[in-house]
Amino acid sequence: MLRLQPFELVQPESIGEVLQLLSTHAEHVRIISGGTDLVPNLKLGSIKGDVLVSLQRVDELKNLKEADTQLVIGAGVSLHTIATSKLVQGTVPVLADAVGKIASPQIRNMGTLGGNLCLDTRCRYINQSEFIRSSFGGCLKSDGDRCHVVPGGSLCVAALSSDSVPVLIALGADVDIIGPEGERTIPVEELYTKDGVAHIALSSDEVVVRARVPIPAAQTRITYRKWAVRKSIDFPLVSVAVRIDHIKGSPDILEDGRVVVGVLGPQPKILRLSSLQGQPINEEMAHKVAGIVSRRCTPLANVPYSEDYRKLRLAVEVKRAIRSLFI
Amino acid sequence: MKQNIHIEQKRDNPSSTSPDFCHRARQVEIVSFVLNSEPCQVAVPSHWTLLELLRYAIGLTGSKQGCDKGDCGACTVRLNGQPVLSCITLALDATEQHIDTVEGLGMGGTPHPLQNAFEECGATQCGFCTPGMMMSAAALIENKQKAEQTNISRLEIATALGGNLCRCTGYRKILDAVERAWAEMS
Repeated sequence: MLRLQPFELVQPESIGEVLQLLSTHAEHVRIISGGTDLVPNLKLGSIKGDVLVSLQRVDELKNLKEADTQLVIGAGVSLHTIATSKLVQGTVPVLADAVGKIASPQIRNMGTLGGNLCLDTRCRYINQSEFIRSSFGGCLKSDGDRCHVVPGGSLCVAALSSDSVPVLIALGADVDIIGPEGERTIPVEELYTKDGVAHIALSSDEVVVRARVPIPAAQTRITYRKWAVRKSIDFPLVSVAVRIDHIKGSPDILEDGRVVVGVLGPQPKILRLSSLQGQPINEEMAHKVAGIVSRRCTPLANVPYSEDYRKLRLAVEVKRAIRSLFI
Repeated sequence: MKQNIHIEQKRDNPSSTSPDFCHRARQVEIVSFVLNSEPCQVAVPSHWTLLELLRYAIGLTGSKQGCDKGDCGACTVRLNGQPVLSCITLALDATEQHIDTVEGLGMGGTPHPLQNAFEECGATQCGFCTPGMMMSAAALIENKQKAEQTNISRLEIATALGGNLCRCTGYRKILDAVERAWAEMS
């Protein structure tokens, strides 16, 4: 049986109270919302928490609305709400689709967008029981001093396994962050660092409050592809969002595009397709883009399935993504 | 009122509520919530999960403890009508909410159509996943009825039960059972 270690749970009702609590409890304070990622990690002991600050009662984080050309989604909006919302399905269908692919129905009911943005990184050497972790002497992320995935490596390479992040980056979304000095807005990609131990570029007294998702224009097409062993429950093993902007008026000529690949390391990899500008969007382009992605991305042995297979699979998923968008 | 009787028994005999974990608690709070349509109040340590609350403080052992880390779905209960995993939901998150467990579907002589269908279709073998399956299926059926949809597809059922693992049946009979219950309920 996996029991949680005793902790203190505080349930503030406003963001102001949350910030105050975060600044007064500096040691081992954790923010919890749905808890679907944090609670299993606390149970396995890969994360320690003395004081948990719950966001469940902070209603101001639960807004989902359209404002001008943006969709504004509060960090506390549940994944189920985003996946099934008529507003999201109508304005940014790719986001509803990607969020609908996260884990299982039960987890989407509790999990929130903020939680999926701040999802802890995963690695086959970390997401294990304390007994298994200690059997190989721990690692950079769990009471050890070496990396088993990249021998000799000094930075943890645990993978960011969020399904929403590649899509949000492809969409060019921003996140609003609130801290003691007030609010600031950064692009989603700047939320992540290269270090899997502290992969969220926020200080301990800051909170993600909402995501601002630009509603894509008519000439922009985006799709998300996830491959995992099971269609439900599993974290992605290959995860890629492909965005193609065609030239206004000629839907088969590429103007710009980007491919965002997840589950490589702590940071999603962004590849811009501006070098292909002006070229026709066809099967040949699908092969070309798959080749670029395959050359530039190196899956590591941090998640299950062989690196070679995941590299090949990634190229296949990119091809299928482009075909599904245009051909 | 069966649940309240359980609570009283546990209070009279505090040693039965896992003393090891109670005395180490940093904080104990009273949780008031509606359990299977009956109001309910229980004292619970803040680090207990909803599953621990249901099984050890209240004594409702219908919700099963499988993997205990949110993978298998055996602990599925309904929180305000939506299926959630009680093993990774904090007990205090149930405060002022409606919780439904498999015991609320039907007990003894008055089984729920889902329970009948599971029996008739042979959809349970070892039975460990069954309570979770039923809670997910009950939520699906109710949500569809609320949306006034008249058809249900195998794919929809499979998607709704995607978070529940079964290692015995191969799922086919479970899908049959949910289809049968749907036919009976609509």
